[in-house]
Amino acid sequence: MGNNANENYAIEMKNITLSFNKKIANDNVTLRLRKGEVHALLGENGAGKSTLMNVLFGLYKADSGEIYVNGKKEVIDNAVTANKLGIGMVHQHFKLVHNFTILENIVLGVEETHLGLLKLADARKRVVELCNKYHFDLDPDAKIEDITVGMQQRTEILKMLFRNNDIMIFDEPTAVLTPQEIREFMTIVKNLKAEGKSILFISHKLDEIKEVADRCTILRKGKCIATVDVDKVSKEELSEMMVGRKVNLKVDKAPAKPGNVVLEVRHLSVAGERGHKDKVRDVSFDVRAGEIVCIAGIDGNGQSELIKGITGTKPLKSGTIKIDGQDFTHKSIRYKNTHGISHIPEDRHRDGLILDYDMEKNMVLQEYFEKRFSHSGFLKEKEIAEYTDELIDEYDIRSMAGGTSIVRNMSGGNQQKIIIAREMTKEHKLMIAVQPTRGLDVGAIEYIHKSIVKQRDMGIGVLLVSFELEEVMNLADRILVMFEGEIVAEFTDIQNLDLNELGLYMAGGKRMNMKEVA
Amino acid sequence: MKRKKDFAPFISSLAAIVCGLIIGFIILILSNPTEAVAGFVTILTGSLTHGTKGVGQVLYYATPLILCGLSVGFAFKTGLFNIGGSGQFLMGAFGAVVIGLTCPQLGPFQWVVGLLFAILLGAIWGAIPGILKAYFNVNEVITCIMLNYVSLFWVNMTVKGSKVLFNALRNESKDIPKVATLPKLGFDVIFDGSSVNSGIIIAILVAILLYIILEKTTFGYELKACGLNKNASKYAGINENRSIVYSMVIAGAIAGLAGGIMLLSGTGRHIEIKDVIPSEGFNGISVALLGVSNPIGVIFSGLFIAYLTAGGFYLQLFHFSKEIIDIIVAVIIYFSAFALIIKKFLERYNEKKKDKEYNLIGNKGA
Ligand SMILES: Nc1ncnc2c1ncn2[C@@H]1O[C@H](COP(=O)(O)OP(=O)(O)OP(=O)(O)O)[C@@H](O)[C@H]1O
Ligand SMILES: [Mg+2]
Repeated sequence: MGNNANENYAIEMKNITLSFNKKIANDNVTLRLRKGEVHALLGENGAGKSTLMNVLFGLYKADSGEIYVNGKKEVIDNAVTANKLGIGMVHQHFKLVHNFTILENIVLGVEETHLGLLKLADARKRVVELCNKYHFDLDPDAKIEDITVGMQQRTEILKMLFRNNDIMIFDEPTAVLTPQEIREFMTIVKNLKAEGKSILFISHKLDEIKEVADRCTILRKGKCIATVDVDKVSKEELSEMMVGRKVNLKVDKAPAKPGNVVLEVRHLSVAGERGHKDKVRDVSFDVRAGEIVCIAGIDGNGQSELIKGITGTKPLKSGTIKIDGQDFTHKSIRYKNTHGISHIPEDRHRDGLILDYDMEKNMVLQEYFEKRFSHSGFLKEKEIAEYTDELIDEYDIRSMAGGTSIVRNMSGGNQQKIIIAREMTKEHKLMIAVQPTRGLDVGAIEYIHKSIVKQRDMGIGVLLVSFELEEVMNLADRILVMFEGEIVAEFTDIQNLDLNELGLYMAGGKRMNMKEVA
Repeated sequence: MKRKKDFAPFISSLAAIVCGLIIGFIILILSNPTEAVAGFVTILTGSLTHGTKGVGQVLYYATPLILCGLSVGFAFKTGLFNIGGSGQFLMGAFGAVVIGLTCPQLGPFQWVVGLLFAILLGAIWGAIPGILKAYFNVNEVITCIMLNYVSLFWVNMTVKGSKVLFNALRNESKDIPKVATLPKLGFDVIFDGSSVNSGIIIAILVAILLYIILEKTTFGYELKACGLNKNASKYAGINENRSIVYSMVIAGAIAGLAGGIMLLSGTGRHIEIKDVIPSEGFNGISVALLGVSNPIGVIFSGLFIAYLTAGGFYLQLFHFSKEIIDIIVAVIIYFSAFALIIKKFLERYNEKKKDKEYNLIGNKGA
């Protein structure tokens, strides 16, 4: 077709360079997206993937470089232009209005009015159709603030689907989906590809890239390392190209030597929204020093509420919590934080970070008032800065301005590393980690997994919530399965665990006769 | 830096000021075209071209503006909108009048005690909306507005009902004896003929104090954390309710102090018995916005607005009626603030708006 060979490309980004305050985030990057292909973008945390996509979507302006859309040179300087050109984007951190319903978020901006009234009925029909088509279990009238992160992510995807763009950018869409949902998402992507759409897909998960992508461009420290055909390279080669060294994702760990009970939970219930049944129902379990207990289950079965109940951000309906034998049920959050509990929360932006504070201030979020960091009410800025620098080194946290970087301007994976560094380093007996490696690159995951095992070996009790079976299988010494607010199974022999069986329990198809924990 | 949202805040403040000045100029042209230019120049330079008195007046006008700006700005930092500055100001003024007229036995400490009492009453007036917000989830804006009226009528009633406080002839509070007024610190000599006194020093000291509290202390860390992200503050175990109450108490105390200083300035300012809420608290909102709620920024925005007010005074030399001056200064102040409100609004809804924009276009395929 046509007289220009470039018309085979849906997108061509040529020699894109962009720097923030003279520090380069994209260094002469060239990316070509063929029509109808799924093109993966791979790179370490902070490599510049999101930045590059934001340039394409018109949110950032490159210092130099050109963008061609369907063979024509375009200047994309805002999202409106991007959309005129048929480009849509699902962002790494969702852009949903929290006190709106799912439906309202989806139709936001496209509301059609009839005599001043929203024609929501038509939109609803379409949303429901899409939900059915792609097997999304969503209630269009649920408010965003009441649904899980996984569901919010699905809303974002739905929003994209609702608008039928030809060129779709997915920035880490699968980071929070459950394995089942990821499989469904993969099918969606394949279908979209079959429909002729061109897709840019950022993911840290090599399996996904292998499964769904045709080609893959690898970025490292802002530079384009290579573009490869995915079926011609192995996962190992990919991760080596990305990190620059071999990565071992299999965690070597000795059998656990559980000690005293660190966390004792008895008959814990957490109420649901008004009129709904309890989110957590009569849950009892222990976590011992020196073991990693994983709570497995499909998102939305009460895991979040259980953790919030234990850490105190949600009120308990009934039940007791003990740490090291001491009753913590009615203790304040501050008391819990300073007397043994560390907590990596599920939603890093909502709970884990103050995005407009710099990294230093976030690093001491749980400890700023301690003697070490304050003196008669004054913050010890020097100590805080030094402490932050130590952790930046230890956890390889990358940013443009070190400890004084505003967290909002940091890459998603590096934001997560701040929380992990903070919670792992502060004094604690129990580590509660919800999806701790969400959005981290393979190199970082390797490091975090090792750190979690190291914590265990130091005698800390670890309670881990993860939707990623690989992570669960890699780390767990014991697995508890949660279904509809209850613990329905417990596995202690992880080595010989049958994954299909685990899946059955998670889906509610089977339950053990759980004895009262002694 | 290529991110479009990242304007340095002071640039937008400047832009707002320029817009406000343009509108002010237009009003001058509309009311008296022949002398508009001369009048406009006077607004801009009047404070400097009339000797040291002009400069002194700027400092005098700036005192309550800075303090009320600090009051509003401090509450902003904790995510609260203190629109009750006027009520707190009035309570402070009342406190100062009571001490100034009834406690001559305090001798040289009379003004100090007067200010302390003003601070106390202002703090109480700030604490009420704070407590209601923290423990009963009542919106502070509503409480503040109601308390503005409560203070107005209560102060009027009390002053009027008291023989010691009330000057029936002039329908206002009695003159404060000279011994009970703030020291002049020689300002009356340097800035001959102006009303400036030690109040401006107090205002600047308070600004520096607040800056230190917000930037250097654990207390400020908590207050700002609550304002920036409630959920994360809760996660970190910060007591949000306490932060809200403290923040409002401090905001109220500062506005109360402003009221005390004005009444103890010995410059003929009285509590007038009329049904008008003092404008200082509202001006504080503009000052805070213009100074992006930063205590040091507020010093400069307060001085700037005072500078315009003082310059506007000399507009009378041209044939502009006295009311025009007020209008123009108000327009500049409010337009400046308004532009900033719009900017803040846009910023906050930027993401939402962006979605809207591309949704509109993205719908073409649907
Ligand atoms: N608005 C901004 N201001 C300053 N620096 C920024 C800004 N946005 C991104 N950066 C910096 O640019 C670099 C690249 O960030 P980017 O978000 O593109 O990384 P990424 O590859 O998407 O990483 P991740 O996998 O963690 O999401 C980071 O060092 C980040 O701190
Ligand atoms: Mg990213």
